Amino acid sequence: MSAQDRRLPQGGEVDRSTPMRFRFDDRDYQGLAGDTLASALLANDVRLVGRSFKYHRPRGIFSAGPEEPNALVELRTGARIEPNTRATTIELYDGLEAASQHRWPSLRWDVGEVNNLVSDFLPAGFYYKTFMGWPGWMFWEHFIRKAAGMGRGTLDPDPDSYDKMNAHCDVLVIGGGPAGLSAALVAGRSGARVILVEETDGFGGRLRGERETIDDKPARHWVASTLAELDGMGDVTLLRRTTAFGRYDGNVVAALERRADHLAEPPEHISRQRLWTIRARRIVLAAGGIERHIAFADNDRPGVMLAGAARTYLNRFAVQVGKIATVFANNDDGYRTALDLAAGGVEINAIVDPREHGGTWRQKAETAGIDVFAGAVVSRAHGRLGLVGVDVRDASGKNRFLASDLLAVSGGWNPNVHLTCHLGAKPVWDNALATFLPGDTGPDMRVAGSARGLAGLGTCITDGYAQARAALDDLGYSKSALPDVPVTDEPQEEPVQALWQVPGKGMRFVDYQDDVKVSDIALANREGYQSVEHLKRYTTLGMGTDQGKTANVIGLAVLAEERGLPIDKVGTTTFRPPYTPVTFGAFVGRETGLHYQPLRRSAMHDWHVANGATFVNAGHWLRPQYYLRDGESDVKADIDRAITREVTETRGGGGIVDVSTLGKIDLQGPDTAELLNRLYINGWKTLAVGKARYGLMLREDGHVWDDGTTSRLGENHYFMTTTTANAGPVMSHIEYALQVLWPDLDVKAVSVTEHWAAMAIAGPKSREALAAVLDDVDVSNDALPFMGVVECTLAGIPARVFRISFSGELAYEINVAADCGEAAWEHVMRTGAPLGILPYGTEAMGIMRIEKGHVAGPELDGRTTPADLGLGRMVSSKKPFLGAPMLTREGLTDTDRPSLVGLVPVDGKSRPRAGAVLIADPKAVPPVDKLGHVTSSAYLSPNLDHPIALGLLEGGMAREGETVWAAFPLRDEMIEVRVTGPVFLDPDGERMHG
Amino acid sequence: MIIIDCPYCGPRDHAEFTYVGDAARTRPAEDASQATWFDYVYLRDNPRGPHLEYWQHSSGCRAMVKVLRDTSSHRVLACGLPADQLEAEQLEAGHLEAGQ
Ligand SMILES: [Zn+2]
Repeated sequence: MSAQDRRLPQGGEVDRSTPMRFRFDDRDYQGLAGDTLASALLANDVRLVGRSFKYHRPRGIFSAGPEEPNALVELRTGARIEPNTRATTIELYDGLEAASQHRWPSLRWDVGEVNNLVSDFLPAGFYYKTFMGWPGWMFWEHFIRKAAGMGRGTLDPDPDSYDKMNAHCDVLVIGGGPAGLSAALVAGRSGARVILVEETDGFGGRLRGERETIDDKPARHWVASTLAELDGMGDVTLLRRTTAFGRYDGNVVAALERRADHLAEPPEHISRQRLWTIRARRIVLAAGGIERHIAFADNDRPGVMLAGAARTYLNRFAVQVGKIATVFANNDDGYRTALDLAAGGVEINAIVDPREHGGTWRQKAETAGIDVFAGAVVSRAHGRLGLVGVDVRDASGKNRFLASDLLAVSGGWNPNVHLTCHLGAKPVWDNALATFLPGDTGPDMRVAGSARGLAGLGTCITDGYAQARAALDDLGYSKSALPDVPVTDEPQEEPVQALWQVPGKGMRFVDYQDDVKVSDIALANREGYQSVEHLKRYTTLGMGTDQGKTANVIGLAVLAEERGLPIDKVGTTTFRPPYTPVTFGAFVGRETGLHYQPLRRSAMHDWHVANGATFVNAGHWLRPQYYLRDGESDVKADIDRAITREVTETRGGGGIVDVSTLGKIDLQGPDTAELLNRLYINGWKTLAVGKARYGLMLREDGHVWDDGTTSRLGENHYFMTTTTANAGPVMSHIEYALQVLWPDLDVKAVSVTEHWAAMAIAGPKSREALAAVLDDVDVSNDALPFMGVVECTLAGIPARVFRISFSGELAYEINVAADCGEAAWEHVMRTGAPLGILPYGTEAMGIMRIEKGHVAGPELDGRTTPADLGLGRMVSSKKPFLGAPMLTREGLTDTDRPSLVGLVPVDGKSRPRAGAVLIADPKAVPPVDKLGHVTSSAYLSPNLDHPIALGLLEGGMAREGETVWAAFPLRDEMIEVRVTGPVFLDPDGERMHG
Repeated sequence: MIIIDCPYCGPRDHAEFTYVGDAARTRPAEDASQATWFDYVYLRDNPRGPHLEYWQHSSGCRAMVKVLRDTSSHRVLACGLPADQLEAEQLEAGHLEAGQ
């Protein structure tokens, strides 16, 4: 275990009494509570933390926040491993394990570094030019990914849980720095409901890394007292470790709260993260700023760091990131860094400032004995695995070498405009500040503090007050006195002087994460990729996981210089959600596995389970597919035996099937028959009470949509059934019809699908069984004829019995209230046992309906007309109905349209597959004319002893007796089939009418 | 994440609603020409700006709510029942300009 050589004996927010062990690339280290992984690594003088994506250049920690482009690590191990995690935002915990990425075999010796030597051959657009032609990318991607590396994920299930939260507030304050805290304070004091989200583990923002004072005391006292007041307010919610990552329509902000990422693993019963959906009446965005760098030769050497970050590591973490530092800055904030570092015991070589003239800050530095090289620039960094020095070029062009192990760079500050862009507002260039400011965010979002380009602590606090006050005025909160403006010690700042790049040979990086250099942007420009959007895609500028937080503005500025245009003429940078990467687990939340979608079980489900059912998903429903008996297992031979048994015994005796999944709609009102007349293609005015009728519905475009039976239970009371799949859509359709199309119709419609358990008893013995099952009901053919309906009781349970048939057998459907479903089913099974009634599943049901030539989902595919399905005679010519006007179109009345036929394999045993294409000539060379397709297939009809199928075939029944071929090229199948009528069994309906 | 003001239930998250379709269309008479029917069934305007549409409060009261939504900003300008004349009322009151 190595010592924390770079840690100062006192100062910072770290807790020296709580050491934390951690492991990085198989070496053990020690840090302190309060560290990030980055600060702990720096405390241990670990400078090399990764390799770059494309050239495999050695890279070090560059920032101290979420903008980090270099220090991406694989965090944790096993099922919790997480690639591309920013070391600068990982809170250190005891036992942390992390590994560097993009390197093989080791970080110090990496074979991919050869890319660095051949970098001239890997220019901008290299991937496009080399790999995008066929077979191009598909072939190369595997090798490129292996060499490039994106970190490793895991295929193991995520062991953690995630929650979702919804919240409403009057004022949402994003960012817990000086502006955000002061905005929250004003909003809270006014009595508004406030949520304040802060990305890090504590409040204060940049103040956590500063030595500034407020009211002559360290700034942390002001932070603490403000926080204490907010904490005491009832309607203020403070969310730490929470990143507002996206703004959406309706002033919704999505935020990710990391509840346990600072721990080795989440404590029991605590979710790892929570996804917050916050609906705010007003938003105050106080997201601060992000420092930018300057592109000069080899500016990516480990030891080159953003100046503000070097200051943060010193002040917040008590870590000296260098012994001898050079500061390179085009603005006065760099002087603050130099003075803080000097005060922290770091030797300052010089401040290299391209500006000729300085002000108060320069005087302060010179007073402190720090050399200032005015009008000079840093032109090159030296040291492959760690900085050893820099070349400084003075105004006259003379170079001098300054030995340094730290170069603190500041190219100015960019307001963190990310969330202002999400609804489409473009940032606006400000020439004086040399930066992009937030664009028009609309009245619902106000931007405060340095997020809108303001400088100075007092200014930002005052702005926080003002923006909150303005938001409260919008919402009508009464004016209350603003808090006092605190006294801050801020020397006057001189303006920044834009400097994006320093001319020179060598790699001058703009975007570290994507390895985009000044020369790449120049090349893209020469090759015509002049629009910002093209530039991004061609060079990959800003396309990494950091979304170019430190790179985009420099890239744009370099493009502007190349094109000789002002920046605002070149374009603007924009950002899309999420602000920082969000794990999929947070979006998924608890909706995993069986919770992914609702599961619907019929009232008889438990009986099916206890009696050997294998289930199949039908939408959200679980339906018994077939029932295995003792000694049978889920293997093909046993399954075939079970299905054959269910068909044979139902047709020979009797069977019962659970049909609870059918959609059921209760319709009442004097105009119900008129509504049915308009919804169905056939007539309903003549349906008598106590009778059912089969109906077919079309869409407005004339195609068949759904079918089912509707029964008339009373003078103004009807009961409709729909297919399982269309239960919901048909209900909505009726509601649309009644509310929008024909509000004059006096009908009430209610979905009762779940109210009723439904079972069908089918087979020659079904009447006998029914008589035994029902309580004293005459079920003779005269009393209960085909399509008759009777309300009665069954073992005392109120029931409705419908004599309808899907199987083609004599059959009855029994409906009872859902909570009586299982009792009724058991009663039927018990009573029917002596008659041999057995349960059958969807497979047997499917075979029987194909044998009977009944159309179902595969035939009602949204492209067929009633005539296509052999149901043309149902179409009423006496009344208007939905779909009628479009049904008469030329293309829908064409007699050559494919129509329903039966298909039988000529060899009596081959099984034509549903979806097979019907063609005339098996030897034809593609493209082959399609005559139709197989819609449904029963691999074996036990009653006919050979496979049968239904299909839609051009010419339809005119081809009866001809043979065509069922081709299924994916499986290399070609089966000759004979065209027959679609009704294979009992074409005269003697069974079901008997 | 728009909010729709259901005339029966009040303002509710759009996750409770199902988009039904264009509310600017009127179903033609049964004996209208085939061209008129074709237009009704297949052709839609795709305006940039205020658009009348139906959203069903499918996880609520099941009402078909008529919504005037600005397609460029996703701002909901007005909500009502199918019989309500949202667009005309809003234009008269000058709400459209204010909403944008
Ligand atoms: Zn409602």
